[in-house]
Amino acid sequence: MAKYQLNVNGERREVSVDPSTPLLWVLREDLKMTGTKFGCGVSACGACTVHVAGVATRSCVLPVALLGERPVVTIEAMANDPVGRAVQDAWVERDVVQCGYCQSGQIMSAVALLKQTPKPSDVNIDESLGGNLCRCATYVRIREAVHLAAQKLK
Amino acid sequence: MAFLSGARVEARRVADKRAEGLAAWEQVYTVLTHPRCINCHTATNYPQQGDERRRHFANVVRGPDGRGVPALNCAGCHQKANADSTGVPGGPDWHLAPLSMRWQDENDRPLPSAAVCQQVTDPKRNGQMSAQALLKHNAEAELVLWAWEPGRRPDGSERATPPLTHAEFVAATRRWVEAGTPCPSVK
Repeated sequence: MAKYQLNVNGERREVSVDPSTPLLWVLREDLKMTGTKFGCGVSACGACTVHVAGVATRSCVLPVALLGERPVVTIEAMANDPVGRAVQDAWVERDVVQCGYCQSGQIMSAVALLKQTPKPSDVNIDESLGGNLCRCATYVRIREAVHLAAQKLK
Repeated sequence: MAFLSGARVEARRVADKRAEGLAAWEQVYTVLTHPRCINCHTATNYPQQGDERRRHFANVVRGPDGRGVPALNCAGCHQKANADSTGVPGGPDWHLAPLSMRWQDENDRPLPSAAVCQQVTDPKRNGQMSAQALLKHNAEAELVLWAWEPGRRPDGSERATPPLTHAEFVAATRRWVEAGTPCPSVK
């Protein structure tokens, strides 16, 4: 076990965990922030996506020991982020969600995309969110909602 | 006669040096075309992974600068070091080699030795590297060094390393450089 000082959604949080513990489990089990989901555990589905120093990151494969000083932003902070708010509003307006399990990861990836590419094309969206799987196949509505969020952010 | 003999000796010396350099190059080539190296020197829009050099999962794409695309960057999974507890390899600034440095064709088949050699020695395609810079790159570049410390797979087994040790690879590169970086003839 080792102690780590984390910056999560702008707050300092201290955890005492094994260095190999994936960030996902630190968030969910130690910090009780369950908005970030476990899907596959091998970075193949995107359900666990968070932002690490602004980079959309699969938290299930990131051992906490490799996090360093980089700040972490999770789905819980999106309502207070202008881009995150726009994406969430678009998600509601387009009624994107079906079962909803993958959607926090989808939203985190969509926000990361829009922060770097404010007017994404269909290709941009497909490439950037291509690693976020949705078993309900809401992909068409996701794409529409990303375009809608981009329009709202003009 | 003495002059001719001297010229013949010199020609023989040059030929021997070239042959030695070509032999060294072929050793270098076995490393460059090993999966730990060639998986990120693709001719396509995606990296490869594994010893069988399969297409990278999750629809990972090259992106404009070889570092993926927003929300699906290489650095979104590949950290600055191997994550042995989760099986994800990592190293500083993990990225694909630019297309100018591809060592495969578009069907994912390794290019022949002569073609790879020409790429590696062409400043327009190798990042403006001189022969000495190539030697330094092979000896010291962090992502090159990673190939000999590639960490563990998700199942806990160790990833395969190139057929030469790093010391042997550097020594072969040095012999090739000292021979004037000769390349095999294109067949």
